[in-house]
Amino acid sequence: MQAVRYARASSVDEAITMLREGGETARVLAGGTDVIVQARERRRHIDLFVDIKHIPELMSLTLDAGGGLTVGAATPLYRVYGDAEVTRRFSALAESTHVIGGTAIQGRASLGGNLANASPAADSIPAMIALGAVARVAGPAGPREVSVADFCTGPGRNVLQPGEFITSIHFPARPAGSGSAWERFIPRNEMDIAVVNAAVSLTLAGDVVTEARFSLGAVAPIPLSVPTAAEALVGRPLTDATIAAADEAAKAAATPISDMRGTIRQRKHLSAVLTERVIRRAVERARA
Amino acid sequence: MTTTEDGILIRTTINGDPTTFLASQRDSLLEALRERLNMTGSKEGCNNGNCGACSVLLDGRLVNSCLVLAAEVEGARVDTIEGMAEGEQLHPLQRAFLEEAALQCGICTPGFLVASRALLAENPRPTEEEARFWLAGNLCRCTGYDKIIRAVLKAAGEMDGKR
Repeated sequence: MQAVRYARASSVDEAITMLREGGETARVLAGGTDVIVQARERRRHIDLFVDIKHIPELMSLTLDAGGGLTVGAATPLYRVYGDAEVTRRFSALAESTHVIGGTAIQGRASLGGNLANASPAADSIPAMIALGAVARVAGPAGPREVSVADFCTGPGRNVLQPGEFITSIHFPARPAGSGSAWERFIPRNEMDIAVVNAAVSLTLAGDVVTEARFSLGAVAPIPLSVPTAAEALVGRPLTDATIAAADEAAKAAATPISDMRGTIRQRKHLSAVLTERVIRRAVERARA
Repeated sequence: MTTTEDGILIRTTINGDPTTFLASQRDSLLEALRERLNMTGSKEGCNNGNCGACSVLLDGRLVNSCLVLAAEVEGARVDTIEGMAEGEQLHPLQRAFLEEAALQCGICTPGFLVASRALLAENPRPTEEEARFWLAGNLCRCTGYDKIIRAVLKAAGEMDGKR
């Protein structure tokens, strides 16, 4: 690895100061499962790592009285899917975080890191988008909130300005009758990058879908929101025909490339298949 | 953590022993273990978090030591393969790996043992599927995994029977 310095921040303000003094080659260090590799392989020039894991609020996981969930940006993934309430109420998030890397990666990797890394195939981002999550950001110009759906701007690029970092991800409370699900296609059983991944969160009143939010990963330069799939379901009774219409909308929204992991045709097809699967599983959960 | 001319002085606990060592700020925990502390049981396979040969426990949690900076373990507890046997007495997992011939070249073995110990600490009687899922981040190019899984399940049975 290139020459690099390490500093440990004990508060958000201290981290902001350290990042400002470190300049543009300073980066926050959460689980390090992406940035340490990027520094070692010289894919990113990093002179200073500011360790944010000793800031208590960045390592927290809190369900508030109203049912909202706030996950510290550096909280390791095993604590996210290991929480029974997260699994029950925010199922798509638990499903995605449980298969990012292997057990040792999940002991370190975080939601903040997966989001900031902004991979088009990131597994947790479609789950966060479907669940309507908001990233809370700190920086020299003060705190701000960015919808996860608007966070990524291209492969490896995001809206963060110099000196800014994510402090937490907030998930709004789940209305009664809600369910969510996430799924990916990979040719292996585990430890692989998604060919396509998909997530949905929906709310049912009787048989009518009152709310739905879809997301697809690995089919565009950024994890996609798919409002057209939601429009195919919302306000209508759930039937095989409306589900098929949502699948077709997802397929139409996908603009994938062909690469070593899959072809355009396969990824378009998978967009529809996975969308159908997550709808059916989310509906089961909403009715449970 | 103290910064000196020669690097940084890191105070930690390794396999239960309070340990102070000098490292460069760029060292990974794996590099510090192998090159500064001469603890060469943890292996470098891929050096990017795919293979699990460098598995250690950090504050009780399974991690890849190639993806941890040495400076991060200041004040933390590290457990490595070197702390698994008690003197000449092998850990039940180590014995089961020998009895089931769960290794051939042996490079992946320390990582599998550390990861398997972490599994059994959390889930003393894993199913075959649970063991395979937990160990998916440890790669072995010799055994085809069946013998490793057999050894882990055998050790789990022995250890759980003695509770």
